[in-house]
Amino acid sequence: MLVLERRAQPSRVMAWTSPLMAVILTALCGSILFMAVGKDPVASLEVFFLEPIKDRHGWAEVGVKVAPLLMIAVGLSICFRANVFNIGAEGQLVVGAITAGALVLYLDDDSNGGFWLISLALLAGALGGMAWAAITAFLRDRFNANEILVSLMLVYVAELLLSYLMHGALMDPDGFGFPQSKLFSDGWLIPTVLSGTRLHLGIILALLAAVIGWLYLSRSFSGFKLQVGGIAPMAARYAGFSSRNSLWICLLVSGGLAGLAGALEAMGPIGQLTPSISPGYGFAAIIVAFVGRLHPLGVIFSSFIMALLYIGGELSQSRLGMPSAITGIFQGILLFALLACDVLIYNRVRWRR
Amino acid sequence: MDSLAPLIASAIVAGTPLMLAGLGLLINERSGVINLGSEGMMLMGAISAFAVVVATGNFFFGFVAGALVSMLMSGFFAWLTIWLGANQVATGLALSLFGVGASAYLGLPYAGESLLPPQFGVPLLQDIPVLGQALFSHHPMVYGSLILCVAIAWFLGRTRAGLILRAVGESPTSAHSLGYNVRRIRLAAVLFGGSCCGLAGAFMSLVYTPLWVEGMVAGRGWIALALVAFATWRPYRLMAGAYLFGGITILTYHMQALGVPIASQLLSMLPYIATIVVLVLISRNSTWIRLNMPASLGKTFNPNS
Repeated sequence: MLVLERRAQPSRVMAWTSPLMAVILTALCGSILFMAVGKDPVASLEVFFLEPIKDRHGWAEVGVKVAPLLMIAVGLSICFRANVFNIGAEGQLVVGAITAGALVLYLDDDSNGGFWLISLALLAGALGGMAWAAITAFLRDRFNANEILVSLMLVYVAELLLSYLMHGALMDPDGFGFPQSKLFSDGWLIPTVLSGTRLHLGIILALLAAVIGWLYLSRSFSGFKLQVGGIAPMAARYAGFSSRNSLWICLLVSGGLAGLAGALEAMGPIGQLTPSISPGYGFAAIIVAFVGRLHPLGVIFSSFIMALLYIGGELSQSRLGMPSAITGIFQGILLFALLACDVLIYNRVRWRR
Repeated sequence: MDSLAPLIASAIVAGTPLMLAGLGLLINERSGVINLGSEGMMLMGAISAFAVVVATGNFFFGFVAGALVSMLMSGFFAWLTIWLGANQVATGLALSLFGVGASAYLGLPYAGESLLPPQFGVPLLQDIPVLGQALFSHHPMVYGSLILCVAIAWFLGRTRAGLILRAVGESPTSAHSLGYNVRRIRLAAVLFGGSCCGLAGAFMSLVYTPLWVEGMVAGRGWIALALVAFATWRPYRLMAGAYLFGGITILTYHMQALGVPIASQLLSMLPYIATIVVLVLISRNSTWIRLNMPASLGKTFNPNS
């Protein structure tokens, strides 16, 4: 029978091929799913993997989705490498959007805006996300409260806070009671980088974050200490590396990036605050980080795949008559497939009688 | 007094899904495996139970379907984590993300549909004034969860099988060298945890609400996980915690109904904030947690190495 046998050394080849295998496996599972509901599997896969990138406009739309996913996933990669499981990026994103949006709504007089004020609003967003993540960091640091559960609970709190503000303080007074803010004026919107599309400066910032994240992890002493703490906590303690410092750095960085992503969403493609500011980017970014091997450059690849899944889900509604909720299923399958393929990094399959 | 009875009654009903899921996760974690997929399993249990009841009209089949679907999901989790040695935290998260997505997809045709659950009650006892309404007019599942709690306490503390389960959770190596099949025992515990989460989800969509709304479990799977730690892995404390949280949930509804001038969204935050407070209180004393937590929790055991 087939048995798993532990490798003497983890396979480096498998470490990098397993995400690719996972994507292929997801596509296979997807086509089986489509067949099961009576759709043509080939045409369905085209909708997910080819149609989103068939023209300039399509690429731009993919980029719009890549920006927040990549930005959050870079932060989460750093977190997960240090074994700090920040699962609440969605909440940090929401709070970032709130703080940035509130600042814009407060200062916006229909004629101002421009580079410095936009930068200020983005900074407010990043600080908002940081502050939200700092709650988790503080409770973990001071009271040893599990960061997974605390950060997750804060997601629900953040979403309720947004809903509260949308029905009250930040609601558009001329909006006929709809729970959304007034539209930000043009001077406050993030400039686009590709004319005629919605692709905004966020994509550049996200790519920049990926590069800086990579430099931080691979070239800085602080990044090194953080990773030692994740792989071998005892060794880190023996070396005198502070796990508290790592905890705070990870959560502040990932919270800040998630908050920035939220600010960019509000001031970019959405252009106002609404109760549903994010279609689950914060959770999808967890998968993006794992599929990208927790490598800030690897997540560029995986955030692209995840963006395709989002756009494919939207398209499948019009093209295949399938609900866009299908994206959620694919996200789960992708992470499962990756975890299953990762087994082959440490083990090999052998035929044994 | 008259207003207190329905209050207690609804707190018990609100606490029941937390208790069902929590008891399952408690057994799950006592064997040394932590399954963060509870939220996803509850959602899948909720939608499959709801779909079956809409199709057949039989509530019993609904509960069975909910438990089976969740059990299947936890079986997949067990295969990945116990046999293939995948990371339990990441796999559990995957299970939750999958459950959220899949239940939203499967539930689309049922959005906003509601059921009319038949009225239940304990004969004779339900006619007692006040007490009858508060304690004896519930769905059988409520009493089932109480019996389950007692049974689990007895199983863990008084039976040989319970002792073996705890041994597996505390020191899988010792249990293995005594000749127990650690993997199979853990599988059984995970499957039990999964089916309990399914029942909890089914209870939510069939009795508690009773309707289907996307994401209706609303974090109760995570709260149940926190409750298990809060209860220091003991069934009776879990029961107390579950009803306490049920009470908090109901209190927020009633404050709204009474016209307390606080926005509904802020009141709805209460259970989540309470969870954080509870976690902080319980984790503050790290020796206490370490004394009570199953020693091998979250660690993979490979009998061949």
